[in-house]
Amino acid sequence: MKQKNIFIVAAVLLVVAFITGAYFFKKQQTEQAAQLAAKNQVALVRPDAPSFGNADAPVHIVEFFDPACGTCRDFYPMVKTLMAEHPGKIRLTLRYAPFHPGSDAVVKALEASRKQGKFEPMLEALFASQNVWVQNHVAHVELIGPLLAPLGMDMGRLENDANAPEVATMIARDLADAKTMNVTMTPEYFVNGKPLPSFGFDQLKSLVGDALLANNAK
Amino acid sequence: MKTSPWTLVFAAWLLAAAATLGALFMSEVMGFAPCVLCWYQRIFMFPLVVILAIGLFPFDPKVVRYALPLAVVGLLVAGFHLLLVAGYIPETLTPCRQGIPCSTVQVEWLGFVTIPLLSFLGFLVIDALLIAAYLKRSK
Repeated sequence: MKQKNIFIVAAVLLVVAFITGAYFFKKQQTEQAAQLAAKNQVALVRPDAPSFGNADAPVHIVEFFDPACGTCRDFYPMVKTLMAEHPGKIRLTLRYAPFHPGSDAVVKALEASRKQGKFEPMLEALFASQNVWVQNHVAHVELIGPLLAPLGMDMGRLENDANAPEVATMIARDLADAKTMNVTMTPEYFVNGKPLPSFGFDQLKSLVGDALLANNAK
Repeated sequence: MKTSPWTLVFAAWLLAAAATLGALFMSEVMGFAPCVLCWYQRIFMFPLVVILAIGLFPFDPKVVRYALPLAVVGLLVAGFHLLLVAGYIPETLTPCRQGIPCSTVQVEWLGFVTIPLLSFLGFLVIDALLIAAYLKRSK
């Protein structure tokens, strides 16, 4: 039937156009992101940002994250496992990107916890109880107090430190850097300054693998 | 004119399919978040691809009866959206309180082609084609 053939050809053409369009768009976008990242290394790595692992590690992952983000919570242990698989080889730097409403207040408290040496336990406590203090994608800083009790922090001091103007300045700077790096979603990873070609843990893992190989070849 | 009702419905289907894939391209590939009004337009555009295709094989001229109401409502939403972007309707009257405000212009090709304009023209031509197919049949 002639009509049927016309229909099938049209449908196939549309789908092919979509797929090739998507392929070329993604390719172009990846190249642009890589160029953007290469141009803006200063905005990517800030010396005062919280960092885990060997400071001289050959592979440096920079993660823009929001403690209220569910995917950031799910990726955190996976990245930790990846670091443990390559001891001393991977360094993780965290940058704040509180995109959820109310999350900036939580990030302030998190940054303040560094003064008491409790950044990592507080981050893990926040992730573990995320469904308590994040409701309908809105972060409620007033709910985190009881969740932090087991960490034994001086809560008065934490509140004081959280309200320090330099903490607000740092978060504003991180958000500005996120904008510069075209980070619109969290988590976003950069491995030795390179953005992920597309989002996913496998992509992160393979980028880390490439960086490790490049280092071994040296 | 020699154009058969089948061809008219087929053209409407082609346009709906192109609009659907275009909308998916912008949201899934280019990463634009659709605003609330865009979602309503999608709700009326996406089913046309399925309904019109079913009406083509075997050809059932009655498909216009089922597809046209969707396409007309879609046109109304798109028209509302256009007026909103143009500023004739204040944003406070719209259902967009969270997320992307519908008055934000995310794409502007050639200086005047916006996504709601494409949607409006798409619905307009689909409506015209379906009405033409209906009139042909009743002759």
